Amino acid sequence: MGNVFPPDFAALEPFADWAVRGERARYAKRVSSTMEELQAFYDVAYPLLQQHTEYLENLSLDGISDEDKRLLWAFCALVTVAFPVEAWGQPRVPDSGPSSIDAVVEPAV
Amino acid sequence: MAHFPKPSEGSWTEHFKIDTGPVSYADSISPEFYELERDAIFRRTWLNVGRVEQLPRKGSYFTKELDAARASVVVVRGTDGEVRAFHNVCRHRGNKLVWDDYPREETKGTCRAFTCKYHAWRYDLEGKLIFVQQESEFFGIDTSKYGLMQVQTEVWEGFIFVNLDPENTTPLKTYLGKFAQGIDGYPFHKLTQVHKYRAEIGSNWKLFIDAFAEFYHAPILHAGQYESGEAAKIKKYGYEALSYDIDGPHSMVSSWGGIAPPKEKAMVKPIERVLRSGLFGPWDAPDIGMTTEELPPAINPTRNEVWGMDSFVFFPNFMLLIWRPNWVLTYHYWPTSYNTHIFEGTCYFVPPENGFQRLQQELAAVTFKEYGLQDGNTLEATQTMLESRTVDQFPLCDQEVLLRHLHTTTQNYVREHQLRNAEAPVS
Ligand code: FES
Ligand SMILES: [Fe+2]
Repeated sequence: MGNVFPPDFAALEPFADWAVRGERARYAKRVSSTMEELQAFYDVAYPLLQQHTEYLENLSLDGISDEDKRLLWAFCALVTVAFPVEAWGQPRVPDSGPSSIDAVVEPAV
Repeated sequence: MAHFPKPSEGSWTEHFKIDTGPVSYADSISPEFYELERDAIFRRTWLNVGRVEQLPRKGSYFTKELDAARASVVVVRGTDGEVRAFHNVCRHRGNKLVWDDYPREETKGTCRAFTCKYHAWRYDLEGKLIFVQQESEFFGIDTSKYGLMQVQTEVWEGFIFVNLDPENTTPLKTYLGKFAQGIDGYPFHKLTQVHKYRAEIGSNWKLFIDAFAEFYHAPILHAGQYESGEAAKIKKYGYEALSYDIDGPHSMVSSWGGIAPPKEKAMVKPIERVLRSGLFGPWDAPDIGMTTEELPPAINPTRNEVWGMDSFVFFPNFMLLIWRPNWVLTYHYWPTSYNTHIFEGTCYFVPPENGFQRLQQELAAVTFKEYGLQDGNTLEATQTMLESRTVDQFPLCDQEVLLRHLHTTTQNYVREHQLRNAEAPVS
């Protein structure tokens, strides 16, 4: 089997399960994870995002490869995971109780 | 300490001649009042049900559940390219005409005609009845009399509105008034990248508008969204709008730019720093064919250099937010009972040119959602305590002027409706 992500992002391979399509599913994965799991993914993904800004700026969305698509999904997951790690200190939004806001329309990629 | 000038009366509330006394919120906790609102407001005013981009082709359609108005409508682009709306009711025995597996869920698609699931009566895209199963069994049926019931439909800047009251002949643009006129020309059609969210909220619809029509709560309820040193500074600073305005039932608040981009990068969270994006959207505004200075006059009405965004409240339930970095957010609040409603929040961006821009937009959309979760859940706490009727007089500050206006307007609509009905001859 080939790599899940483009070669520059090999460090992300152990976190391939974060390449989840759709905000709703990514959020569900976030709230069902522990802070340790979120932190571990964040600690690898955040520096990669920082180092490879230019790669992403040159990444066209037309005819995007499967590897790049999964890379974007993983970074979208990083966006979701950044809230617990950088702000909340817990997977759920504080004081959000049982409430949910669900994505019902999303971009194709 | 005042940061921005106020009208000569000393406050916005007095300037707009709105009462400054405490408010009761009886209009948000009463099943009886809600029943009145349904007829007085949701069956009588122009309601935004979607955008023209949702109907890309001839035969494209979507349904919209208007529970508060006791209606479901199907909105469709006809073979002539026109956008029309019909009551979603079959003329034979009243079945719901367009739905998928779940009759209460909204749906969308493309078709050449609408066929009823019950006995296969068929209607063309203009609503004409074109097929009756075993027509000869009927009693000289005149099919021209059994077309779909059409609903008034008008489009403003790509936003599709319906009006269920055949007697309300006020054109949409007249109803939307000076704010809409002053927004005309904003290139909404370029903002076709859509992230849409939906939530069921356990509060009266007006309470959520209240939460989004003031930013007085932002430094407090959302303090956790900021770097902690920053949160303390923001709390001390408090919140003041650049300006407020009211036009008939509608209102708006114009706000300063927050932290996008921040003076120092240390002010924002690491993810915002690396993606150059956040609550106020991607910091680098995409080209929409006009500069901030060239935006239509109702946007940044005070032409303030520190302007960041405007929130327009189009009565009853449509809010339009225009952000300095050239993106748009809309809110809809669809009542389902006196203490529940469905909230919709939709982000509109210029389509991203690359993977990085896609991530910048994701961060803006997700930030809105994280805030929304805090707002929505807080409202359930508010609703239950209002319903306890322990307290029935609540003071509102000048930064909450739009709330007073919303509740006053709602009560006026209901009162006028009651007067009209009282005057109407008994039939
Ligand atoms: S109810 Fe629609 S065809 Fe009979
Ligand atoms: Fe809020």
